[in-house]
Amino acid sequence: MSPVDGPGISNPSLPVDPALTEGRAPDRPAEEIPELHEVDCPPDLRERIEELMARYPDRRSASIPVLWEIQERYGWCTPEGIRQAAAVMRFTPAYLESVASFYDLLHTRPVGRHKIAVCTNIACWMRGADGLLEAFREAVGDDTEEFFVTGFECLGACDIAPMASIDQVYYGPLEAAEAGVAISQLRAGEEVLPDKALSKRGLAGDS
Amino acid sequence: MPHELETRVLLDKAEDPALATLEGYRRLVGGYGALERAYREMEPDEVLSALEDSGLRGRGGAGFAMGKKASFLPRGDMPKYLCCNADESEPGAFKDRELMQRNPHQLIEGIAIAALAAGAGHAFIFIRGEYAQQADILERAVAEAYEAGYLGKDILGTRRDLELVVHRGAGAYICGEETALLDALEGKRGNPRLKPPFPAVQGLYGGPTLINNVETLSNVPRIVANGPQWFRGFGTEQSPGTKVVSISGRVRRPGNYEVELGIPTRDLIYELAGGPLPGHEVKAFYPGGSSSPVLTAEEGLDLPYSFEAMAEAGSMLGSGSIIVADDTVSIPHMALRTARFYHHESCGKCTPCREGTNWTVKMLERVVRGEATPMDLDIIASVQQNIMGRCLCVLGDSMAMPVSAMVRKFRHEFEEVIAAASEQAGDPHAVVGAAETTGAGA
Repeated sequence: MSPVDGPGISNPSLPVDPALTEGRAPDRPAEEIPELHEVDCPPDLRERIEELMARYPDRRSASIPVLWEIQERYGWCTPEGIRQAAAVMRFTPAYLESVASFYDLLHTRPVGRHKIAVCTNIACWMRGADGLLEAFREAVGDDTEEFFVTGFECLGACDIAPMASIDQVYYGPLEAAEAGVAISQLRAGEEVLPDKALSKRGLAGDS
Repeated sequence: MPHELETRVLLDKAEDPALATLEGYRRLVGGYGALERAYREMEPDEVLSALEDSGLRGRGGAGFAMGKKASFLPRGDMPKYLCCNADESEPGAFKDRELMQRNPHQLIEGIAIAALAAGAGHAFIFIRGEYAQQADILERAVAEAYEAGYLGKDILGTRRDLELVVHRGAGAYICGEETALLDALEGKRGNPRLKPPFPAVQGLYGGPTLINNVETLSNVPRIVANGPQWFRGFGTEQSPGTKVVSISGRVRRPGNYEVELGIPTRDLIYELAGGPLPGHEVKAFYPGGSSSPVLTAEEGLDLPYSFEAMAEAGSMLGSGSIIVADDTVSIPHMALRTARFYHHESCGKCTPCREGTNWTVKMLERVVRGEATPMDLDIIASVQQNIMGRCLCVLGDSMAMPVSAMVRKFRHEFEEVIAAASEQAGDPHAVVGAAETTGAGA
């Protein structure tokens, strides 16, 4: 069996999202729009969702921003969170599930608190991304509660290859040994790899 | 100091972090002067003709004339939209990231002027979800622009309105395709739509919509400020202007360099990016991101870097992103990486793309495991032929083009890899961990 004959993914370094292959077996009907009193939506979340919907000519456009909001609040797009959003937005939970499951950055299963995506695409691969990903996985071990490490398709930072996005901040170019450093810094609550943050780099032509 | 081969227009003063603020943008480069001029002194048609006369070609990949695209929008009093495509996800491309991070107001000013020309009252910046920091920078800049009266209701007292929303995506390469972007922006799964109708006629919420790349729109303020002839003073007849070129891969100084179009490709790779890593040689490169057919060093290094020269050589300038492979890089493994990317990102709507990317990955894995025969290389090539032009969008084509170029130009290397791997494996049906074998690194 080839590596792609498994659960239907193309890149063995990427995680398999069970939601895509197994479904989520909702305990309540996903095709009915829940009423607000049924979902226990925190008032500030409701306010935020309404604010996001008001930014667009059509409230449906707020789907992705709302799912981001749910994910930031609950750590991932939980079925309860999706029902809360569905009740406020007046969409079915199934609809929001279908949107969430399409996008790589929206998680439809629990993931670790710190999210680390190592780019394994062409330019990073040429400069040692596979070793970097392995180093992050080793440094994290089985601590999936705290960390979610995954390979990722091109993150748009080939200039700092090999690189990683750690809690949505770009770092590179990274040596494999720096993976362990970054993980200890995250564990200790320290600033992560201060010298390697993309935002601190100058223009390539000026160096 | 920038290299003498660089011509910094879009990245002018970009080394100064103050440029990202409204105050700095005004002070350092005379920012928002073009917007004031366009809104106060020009008719929308005048702005449109300036863009058409400049010959500015889209910087997102297709290279279509920007002014012409804007002119396709119907006249009349219906809601029209402008979408800035900031979903930069093409492997090898990272220029829009730099432009948004260092000079967000240039983009906002360009959007406001282009919206005037197109008659759009609502504009969106669709930025890829991974660019969280850049999205924050844009949000701050948009707030500043609203505050200063460059966006919102009754801009500069001209009774013209423009709402601008920064919309962050959530991770899907396909959303860079313009109709998939529209679906994503409408809050759906990002599947491409059947064309026609083209977005200029029926786009966002069914209304006429102009969609342009970040770099394209970033060019607009200076074209309006300095005139189309000034813009044509840079670059070539058919590819006027400057281009921010992303150079990456096995080079010494990867990064973004802004050059006049038409500069020798060799200068880009050897002078600006510093050439291959010590002790290595350039073997091949993608001239325009991972979708562009790979050129060998002999074919490509002496070509001028322009839309027309790359097309003539059977490749494309695309997004203007060069990925350099040197002698350490195994082309069959590079083809596999490329194919895996497109397989992962295929939305699954069209069969030739969904199945074609899937089977290409499987066959290339057989190649690197040594289970393939040279005949399989012909099958790989024929699968690519059967993807091209047969889907709603060009995602499948974007795999077919580079993969078929690699198989054609480096067939000997594919055959060598098959032979070496099968010898090592002994049993031709034994499974070797293809995923672990990269062939590159060092």
